[in-house]
Amino acid sequence: MSAPLPLSPLRSASSSTLTEPRWIRGTIIALAVLFLILLIVLPLVLVFSQAFSRGFAAYLRALVEPEAQAAIRLTILVAGISVGLNLVFGLIAAWAIAKFDFPGKTMLISLVDLPFSVSPVISGLVFVLLFGGQGYFGPWLQSHDIQILFATPGIVLATTFVTFPFVVRALIPLMQEQGTSEEEAAISLGASGLATFFRVTLPNIKWGVLYGVLLCNARAMGEFGAVAVVSGHIRGETNTMPLLVEILYNEYQFMAAFAVASLLALLALITLAAKAILERHLDPNID
Amino acid sequence: MSAAKHRRTLPGFGLTMGLTLTWLSIIVLIPLAGLVLKTFELSFDQFWTIITSRRTLNALKTSFGLAFLAASVNLIAGMIIVWALTRYRFPGRRIFDAIVDIPFALPTAVAGVALTSLFAQNGWLGAPLAELGIKVAFTPIGIFVAMVFIGIPFVVRTVQPVLQDIDREIEEVSACLGANRWQTIWRVLLPSLLPAMLTGFALAFARAVGEYGSVIFIAGNLPNISEIAPLLIVIRLSEFRYADATAIAVVMLLTSFLVIFAINRIQRWSQSRMVRP
Repeated sequence: MSAPLPLSPLRSASSSTLTEPRWIRGTIIALAVLFLILLIVLPLVLVFSQAFSRGFAAYLRALVEPEAQAAIRLTILVAGISVGLNLVFGLIAAWAIAKFDFPGKTMLISLVDLPFSVSPVISGLVFVLLFGGQGYFGPWLQSHDIQILFATPGIVLATTFVTFPFVVRALIPLMQEQGTSEEEAAISLGASGLATFFRVTLPNIKWGVLYGVLLCNARAMGEFGAVAVVSGHIRGETNTMPLLVEILYNEYQFMAAFAVASLLALLALITLAAKAILERHLDPNID
Repeated sequence: MSAAKHRRTLPGFGLTMGLTLTWLSIIVLIPLAGLVLKTFELSFDQFWTIITSRRTLNALKTSFGLAFLAASVNLIAGMIIVWALTRYRFPGRRIFDAIVDIPFALPTAVAGVALTSLFAQNGWLGAPLAELGIKVAFTPIGIFVAMVFIGIPFVVRTVQPVLQDIDREIEEVSACLGANRWQTIWRVLLPSLLPAMLTGFALAFARAVGEYGSVIFIAGNLPNISEIAPLLIVIRLSEFRYADATAIAVVMLLTSFLVIFAINRIQRWSQSRMVRP
C-alpha cells in the first residue's frame, strides 16, 4: 500500500491538520452542550417550573406572604446599604490606587481582594468572633444594649465584607488605562479636585462604575453563607431572601421556596444580560 | 522624575489613601485579625486536638477530597467546553457561552435547592439515576455534583481568553513542519494553555473547599460521611464552641492562602516563560 503524495503540503495542512476530524468535532460539541444543559440549564428551568407548578395565582400568593415581603424588603435594604458603602469606598480607593504611584501598591490591591478568597461561612464567623456573646466587643455591646449580631447591622457588615472588592476591582484597571493627563489638564486650568473628579473622571468611568455596582448588587442580594452565620434566622425580622428559601425548603414548602428562589434567579439572569451589554460599552473592540 | 511630578499635580492622595486604609481596616482587616487573635488564644495542643478529632478530620477530608475531585472534573469538562466555544461554530454557541456564567451569578442557596430537587430520587435526573442504582442527593456524590456546578466557570473563563489569543499561525507552522493534529495540540497548544489550566483548577478548588450554600442542601449532612467543613463551622458556632469553629476556619483559610500563593507563582512562572524567546 503506497499512500498518494499530497499535491500541496500547505493545502493538506489547512484541511486535515488544522482542525479535528468531523466526528471528533461533533463529539466535543455534543459533550460541551450536554454538560451545560444537564448541569446548568436544567436546574435553572427547574426553579421556574417548580415556582409555577401550582399556577400563577399560587405563585403570587407565595410572594405576597408577610414573611416573603419582609425578606424582600430586608434584602433590598441590606443590598442598598452595602452597595452604597462599597460604591463610595470604591470610588475613593480607586482614585488613590489608580491615579498615584506609591510603594506597597500591589500589597494593598491583594488586601482589597482578600474577601474574594475567604469562604462565606468564615466571612460570617469573623463578625461573630467580634460581636458575639463571647466575642471581643460582645460584653461591651451588651452592656450598652447595642444589637449587631442577629440583627440588620450584622447582616449589613457581613454583606459589605463579602462584596468589598467588586467596585474597586472594576474601576482600577479602567482608571489606570485612562491615565492622569485629562485630570492634570483640568487642574492646571484651575478646576478644583472635586470638580475634576465629578466632571472629568466620573464621566470617563461611568460604565465601569455601573459594571461594579451591578456585580456587587447581585452578590449582595444573593449572599447566603456569611449572612446565614450572622442572621440568627429570626422569622420575619432577620431573614433575607436566600435565607427564606432555605427555611421554606427545609419545611417542605417547595413551591413557596422556589417562588422566592425564582426572583433571585431572575435577578441573576438580568444581571448577566446587563453585564453583557455593559461589557460592550467598556470594550468597543469586542465583536 | 516625571512620576514624582505627576504625584504632585493631582490632589487628594493623602485624603483618599487615608479613607481607603481606614475603611479597609474596619470592614476587612480588623475582622480577619480577630480570627487570627482568637486562634492564638488556643494552645497548640488544643488546636491539634480539635483538628484531629474524628468528626473534624472527616469533614476536612470530605471538603478537600471532593473539591479536588470536582476541580479535576472541571478541568476536563472545562477544556471540552472552551474548545467547543472558541474553535467551533455551532447553532446557539453565543447562548451556551453566556450560560457558562450562570453558576457565578446564581445565588448559592438557589443553586443548592435546584440541584437537590433535580437529583432527588424523584427528580428529573435523580429518578433515571436511581433506576441505575446511583443515589446522588444526600450522599457525598451530591456534594461532588454541587462542587462541579459551582466550579465550571472558573476553568472556562480562565482558559478561554488564552486560547482565543493564541495565533492560529503557530498551529499552521507546526502543521507545515509535519506535525499531525495531536502533536500540534499536545506539544504546541497545551504548553501555552497549561498555566491558565492550572490557575482555573486552583480557583475552582479553592471555591469548592469553601462553598456552603449550593452544597448543604444536597449533602445530607451526616457527620463523618457527608458533612463539609464549612457546615461543621456553622454547627460549632450554634453550639457556642467558638474555639472549634475558629480552628477549622484557620485550617481552611491557610489552605486558600496557599492556593492564592500557588496561583501567583504559576502566573509569574508563565510570564517569565513568555518573555524568554
